[in-house]
Parts: sequence; C-alpha cells; structure tokens
Amino acid sequence: MLCQNCQEHDAKVHVSKIINGEKEDIYLCEECAHISEGLDFGLDFSFNNLLTGLLNNQFHPHHKINLSNHKIKCEFCGLSYDIFSKSGRLGCNECYNSFTDKIDKVLRRIHGNNRHTGKVPKRAGERVMVKRRVKELRKLMDEAVATEEFERAAELRDEIKELKDEIGE
Amino acid sequence: MIDELISQWMKKTGPDSDVVISSRIRLARNLENIKFTNQASEDELKEVINNVNNLLLNDNKFGLNLLELSNLSQNKKNMLVERHLISPDLSERNINNAVALSSEETISLMINEEDHLRLQVLLPGLQLQEAWDLADKIDDYLEQGINIAFDEKYGYLTACPTNVGTGLRSSIMVHLPALTMVNRVKNFIAAISQLGLAVRGLYGEGTETVGNLYQISNQVTLGRSEDEIIENLIEVTHQIITQERNAREILLKEKEMFLKDQIYRAYGTLKYAYKISVEEAMKLISNVRLGIDLGIIEDVESTILNQLMVIIRPATLQVLKGEEMTIEDRHIYRAQLIRERLQ
Repeated sequence: MLCQNCQEHDAKVHVSKIINGEKEDIYLCEECAHISEGLDFGLDFSFNNLLTGLLNNQFHPHHKINLSNHKIKCEFCGLSYDIFSKSGRLGCNECYNSFTDKIDKVLRRIHGNNRHTGKVPKRAGERVMVKRRVKELRKLMDEAVATEEFERAAELRDEIKELKDEIGE
Repeated sequence: MIDELISQWMKKTGPDSDVVISSRIRLARNLENIKFTNQASEDELKEVINNVNNLLLNDNKFGLNLLELSNLSQNKKNMLVERHLISPDLSERNINNAVALSSEETISLMINEEDHLRLQVLLPGLQLQEAWDLADKIDDYLEQGINIAFDEKYGYLTACPTNVGTGLRSSIMVHLPALTMVNRVKNFIAAISQLGLAVRGLYGEGTETVGNLYQISNQVTLGRSEDEIIENLIEVTHQIITQERNAREILLKEKEMFLKDQIYRAYGTLKYAYKISVEEAMKLISNVRLGIDLGIIEDVESTILNQLMVIIRPATLQVLKGEEMTIEDRHIYRAQLIRERLQ
C-alpha cells in the first residue's frame, strides 16, 4: 500500500485519529509520518470542517437555542439536519425544501447570494413553470371549494390533472 | 482509449500553452427524486447508471464509452486519477460507480461520485470558453433523456451546498516556474483568493503543488451566471500569463547564466539518470519545460513533457510495466522511460 500523503513510498506507519468521535485510519511512509509527528494538534481547517461549523452553529452565541432545530428530518430521504450539519452533504433534492431556512443562510455565507441566475435547463425549466402553475391552480381550487363553487373547483381540478399529465407526474 | 498510455488530447497543444497546461469545466448534476449518492441504496445507484446507459444506447452522439469501475483493477483506477479523468474520491468508492469517456478523453462523465453526475471537459492550453461550450451541449443532451434535479431559486441541486446553483467548477492548470523562482507565488495566491478564486495542487483540494503546477478555479457557484464565472477566470488567467512571461523575460535578461545552468542541469539529469523519484522528476521536467518555452532547449517538444508528467506517476508506471513494483524498481523504471523519451 502506498503512503496516503506522498503516494510514492510504501506505507509503513499506521496512525489512528479520532475526529469528531469517528475513527480515521491513516497509512504513511516513515518520512511523512516523521514530518507530521508532533505537529497534529487536532486542528483541522479543511474547508469541509469550516462548512460544518457554519451548519451546526457550534460557535454561534445562541448555540444552545438552535439545538432544537437539529431534530428536523427530510421527509423524502430521512436525513436529519443533525447529520447534515456534521457531514456538510445533503441527502436528496427535497432536503433543500426541508431545511430551506437554514440552507438559505448558509448559501448567503458561502456564495454571498441565495438565488440562481445561470442556466435553466430546457425541459426541467418547462416543468418548473408547469409546477408553479399547478401550485397557483391548487390555491384557486381550495378557494373555490371553500366558497362552495364546486363547478369551478372541478374545472380547476381537471386543468391541474391535464398539466400534471403533461409533465408525467 | 484507457489502454493507451496517455489521453489523446495530451499530444496536442492549445493557445497560450507555454503557461496554461489545460482548461477544465466540471458540471455537477443530480437526478430528480433519487437520493444523492451518500444516502442512496444500491438499487438507486444502479438506477442512476441505468439511466445513463439507456441514454447512451438510445443516442450516443458524443461517442461516450461507459466503464464500470468495479471491473477495473485498483492500478487502472489510479491511472484514471493520474490522468484527471476520475477523482480520487470516485476511485475509492467500491460499488456501482462508473465513468463514461470519449475516445480522446476530453469528455469524462463520472457517475455516482459525490453527485450522481459529474461531467468534465478537459482541453489543452487556455480553452475555457470552448470547454464550456462543449460541456453546455453535453449537459443539454443529458437533460433530454434524464430528469435533472433543478430548483427555480437554487438552480442545479447538489449534495454539497458549495456546488449548488450552476454546479460549475471551471479551472485552469498553469505552469509557473519563473514566478516561483522570483518568490512571487505566495503574493499571487493571496491576491487571487480575494477575487473569489481558489488555488490548489495538481490533484485538487488538499493536494500539494508539484513541478510548479497550480490549479486555479472559481469558488462561488451560485448567484453568478456561467458566462460571468468563466469570463472572470479567463481575465485573471490572462493576467497570470502576462506576469509569468514577464518574470521569464526578466530572469533571462538579468540571470541568464543561472537560468541556463538550472535548465541544462535538469535536462542532463533527466537524460542520464538511472533512478528517479516522482518529486524530483516533476521538478526537473518543470525546468526543462521552461527551457523549451524560452527557446533555450530546441530538440524536445513540450508535449513530450506533458505526457511524461502523467506516465511517470506510480499507477500509470505499473500499468505500463504490467506488474506491481517496489518503490526501488519504480525509480529505476521511471528513469528508463524518461531516458528513452528524451533521446
């Protein structure tokens, strides 16, 4: 096996680290092991660590208040915010909805922005428009039901069905 | 293809290739309503591969050839990493991952890396705009047959929030021997970070710089259009090219003997050494390349050095030899390959 640091010499030293409660095994050659020896104070300024720090608010002055939010789970994939804040990785496209408030904040910190202004895919773009229309029609249908305009509600229901068939949902 | 020593595109040069080795565009995409790879079941990961496979069977207009990585030896996978065709991360994932490559290996579509799809276009020299134009077309083609996760507000949805929006990472690999010699690289890295760009080593995040090669890429992917991101990097690259060329001119004028000595010593060592490590070889190749770009060395083509930079790496070396080698044997075989190519 090659040294994980220089990828050149054979790994002869096995180092185990405990990071955030998780064990990580590192295999190094003697030279790299010697260089890294005594220099590891558990400080990890990797980008991912900074990102997860932002996500779990561990340095936030009101850190304790925010803990209750960590129990939220994504309905589609089951990922909890707690796990996401530790890994920095979302579990599915629905997570963006499930954790939207928190993600919004983090995106503004990372990108200085929270709104996409680039390419819109042709087919998905159309679907986005159709879905938006369906949402509007649903609202109107609910209103029609509430005001007992059942004929109007049925018309709207048919229109919604037509649109959904169009995008294969 | 993969059985050849190097990617076909490496045999070519591109615009400004005295400083810019290659231009790369990477797009991160996910399939709608299938869990991202870190949460997906084996069946869901298979579904992603099947989606791509069906698309290729239906209309393979970019001539992509799908390779399931579980069918390759670790050495072959490492070789693909050394050629920048797959990421180290993908080479370490063991099941249900694949890569689709074009014959020249300018196009690489990684399947089931951190995102379901990671499309990469790699061209020699400064050709970011051309790489983007091609990636944009392939992206359209993928989207015709595959439902891509896209949100009106957040754009293309990715596993990591740092890639969301355009999902675009555009990067260039530059060779900066003169700026390194005159100790200007640290200043330039600091300046570049203020422009929303990141500087990394040869194999991406967390890797060291070797052979005076640096990768520069955009950090922000959301809130800017693809054109803005690419234009910004192209403009900065033009400045880097100017600075590096200036530093070369100044060195040649003020320190000609020092420079020639460095270059010819490197050339001599590469030409005659019988044992050499990757680190030393990369340093010396960098100096010889500088000699070629300055017109001091005239009997070697610069593309040979681009090729050598890949061939001498451990996995490629072992695939070439057809056997596992000890470190000592690798040093000897590496030196032999370099000698043969420089004669």
